[in-house]
Amino acid sequence: MSEKKPERRDFLFTASYAVGAVGVGAVVWPLIDQMNPDASVKALASTEVDVSSVKPGNTITVLWRGKPVFIRRRTQEEITEARSVKMEDLIHPEKDEDRAKNPEWLVMLGVCTHLGCVPLNDKGDYDGWFCPCHGSHYDTSGRIRKGPAPLNMEVPKYEFVNANTIKIG
Amino acid sequence: MSDHDYTPTSKVGKWFNDRLPLLTLANHLTDYPTPKNLNYWWTFGGILTFCLITQIVTGLTLAMHYIAHADMAFESVEHIMRDVNYGWLIRYIHANGASMFFLAVYIHIFRSLFYGSYKSPREIIWIIGIIIYLLMMAAAFMGYVLPWGQMSFWGATVITNLFSAIPLVGEGIVTWLWGGYSVDNPTLTRFFTLHYLIPFLILGLVVLHIWALHVPGNNNPVGIDIKKPSKDTVPFHPYIVIKDGFALLMFMIVFAFFVFYSPNILGHADNYIEANPMVTPAHIVPEWYLLPFYAILRSVPDKLLGVVAMLSAILILAVLPWLDTSKIRSAVFRPLYKQFYWILVADVLILGYMGAMPAEGLYLLIARVATAYYFLHFLVILPVLGFKEKTIPVPLSITESVMGGSPNLATARNKESFEKSK
Amino acid sequence: MKNLIKLFYILSFFFLSTASSFSAEKVDYLKTDWSFKGLFGKFDRGSLQRGYQVYTEVCASCHSMKYLSYRNLGEKGGPEFSEAETKAIASSFEVIDGPNADGEMFTRPAKLSDKFVMPYENVKAAQAANGGAYPPDMSVLVKARGGGVDYIYSLLQGYEEAPSGMTLDDGVHYNKYMYGNKIKMSAPLSDGLIEYGDGTEATVEQMSKDVTTFLMWAAEPHLEARHQMGFKAIIYLIILTVLVYFSMKKIWSRVESEV
Repeated sequence: MSEKKPERRDFLFTASYAVGAVGVGAVVWPLIDQMNPDASVKALASTEVDVSSVKPGNTITVLWRGKPVFIRRRTQEEITEARSVKMEDLIHPEKDEDRAKNPEWLVMLGVCTHLGCVPLNDKGDYDGWFCPCHGSHYDTSGRIRKGPAPLNMEVPKYEFVNANTIKIG
Repeated sequence: MSDHDYTPTSKVGKWFNDRLPLLTLANHLTDYPTPKNLNYWWTFGGILTFCLITQIVTGLTLAMHYIAHADMAFESVEHIMRDVNYGWLIRYIHANGASMFFLAVYIHIFRSLFYGSYKSPREIIWIIGIIIYLLMMAAAFMGYVLPWGQMSFWGATVITNLFSAIPLVGEGIVTWLWGGYSVDNPTLTRFFTLHYLIPFLILGLVVLHIWALHVPGNNNPVGIDIKKPSKDTVPFHPYIVIKDGFALLMFMIVFAFFVFYSPNILGHADNYIEANPMVTPAHIVPEWYLLPFYAILRSVPDKLLGVVAMLSAILILAVLPWLDTSKIRSAVFRPLYKQFYWILVADVLILGYMGAMPAEGLYLLIARVATAYYFLHFLVILPVLGFKEKTIPVPLSITESVMGGSPNLATARNKESFEKSK
Repeated sequence: MKNLIKLFYILSFFFLSTASSFSAEKVDYLKTDWSFKGLFGKFDRGSLQRGYQVYTEVCASCHSMKYLSYRNLGEKGGPEFSEAETKAIASSFEVIDGPNADGEMFTRPAKLSDKFVMPYENVKAAQAANGGAYPPDMSVLVKARGGGVDYIYSLLQGYEEAPSGMTLDDGVHYNKYMYGNKIKMSAPLSDGLIEYGDGTEATVEQMSKDVTTFLMWAAEPHLEARHQMGFKAIIYLIILTVLVYFSMKKIWSRVESEV
């Protein structure tokens, strides 16, 4: 067998493989992406909530992305209590100012950061929430104070689109 | 077989191979001696494997979003088309992939009919192929029901009703198939389950099909037995791999034209109307690949005999190796058979066209003639031809046939007729 | 070579027969240029927006479009209304939601994520209000009719005097292009029926074209993406085929040289 221009022969095969690989990638991507959230799910990625009827000291629970979100209109005492806690006393140190930009309103995922149960409102030793599953206590800022949960209840992205409406997500 | 002596090059490879000889298998497949004169009609086996994998992969991803319930099926398909990322693409590939699958299988079958690939010693490969074909038709039929359009529903009604033609137990069987008193949700859910299952049965049969093929090796265009390996063969890799790859790419271009530019042309508009048990479409038609059998079914005025005729049309293929009495395999050397072969092709195309037409008037007459001819071909023409036909002398080797005749041909022919006359 | 010709004949038979098999009557539909046809077909944005206006103001009182969501009106490949316009369109419709904390259903303005509001609660209500005939849902209507866009476009302009000798029942109208020529919908369009937002003159022909274009998009919202991807896919396949072809020739040249 003759050694006919090995470079050119190899280039042809290499080029074929390379172009073929591009095709394989192009085919694989849609098959993976189809499992990502589809357009109808993404359309529900954010939800707007009318909070005009929530009185101070009351909490409403809304569904957002399939999970409960607590929206609490806090009283002045609750705000003061939340703001006066020392960082050293917290299992997961977080300033209340960072969790509630508008101090009157606390918006957070009503999901215990231990194993995912929904904590109960107005219960527990810290005037906040109590998770009955394994005994985690949260304060008036939704921060973990006692019990097995490692983190404070998560604050999602939200904003007031007007005085009466919060858009979550 | 000599390829059982393969030893892997790496130590890990040898350790693994001693316990599960996958590397020996891979080596066998790579070195597998293939006739070097195979033409492009032989590439459709590889194309069919691609089709099966495509259907399974797209089917799996569709099944992640499809809802098999009469109230939600149609909507779930629209959800896939509109909302699921690339859902429209996966759905159109799956729907048109079914048509491409059948296009390829018909070419593959007609290759075998022309070159005598069904003849001894390849009868079992052929019969497994017929079983695969039957399963394909079952899977395609049930798959078409899933979108729950008008054709889905009424096609299911018509075809399941055929079973009532069976004497005594027919009605009971139909009720059992339906899971109710008409095609409804229970029918849909079980069709989804079976539609999901059958491709994996086909996959298993394809393994057996290829295994059975590898015993005698491939047939070839001149239909003569060859020694393997020899000057007449090439190793499967890279020669056949690259040739199958080229043919597959051409096939994919045709496939792409359907998917991207005419995704609904092979389907029926009525299937974009939600199933309505109160309204029957003016013309109930199956997908194009089932049309010849639909024509045969409707040719016979009696319900039971129509079903028998339709089934016989497929099952008759299973006994083809014994119906065709000719000792010569390839139609290349059977000039009379070759003509009847092309008449059969025309006959099947005519049957297909008639299947799409209303079963009345001239259409019905033509369908009946074409049906009768179909059976005539297999039951009368083939057996008789084997005895009566004067065949062209077959070359002694592939190399000879490729080179167009060697000086030894005359001697060889004389030797052949000398051997025969002994 | 002979075999290739035979294959060509078989394939052309195959293609031609599928194209013609399902046309009910051999009627010549009215022809017009559809911008979305062909390898590089795209929707005319303005036509889509006008078509949406025709649908909403004329058709939507009877015909639902239940598989579309308001957000689709702003998505790429469609009418592409701005986000503000889409939100305004959505909120002009009322949807039923609930139950609320008291267990009651209530109405609220539609959001982008809501599906198009339906004119009737269910099929039976639609039939009852339309003399027993159900005004078909339009989400995939263009694909549900063998004649496609040409059929719909023609039908909208096909209302004529019934030929002499044909009697029509009450509430039935003659249409030149309708399958069976009898249709329960009265002519929905007339010149100047609506006032287009962009000032285009609203003739029956113009409205027919625009609303049919809109219906084509409604049935195939990803048409443009499909055409674009198709072009790239086929060019790619051709390039790879050429490379593989020459690779094949190179590899097989080893065989011939040994003979």
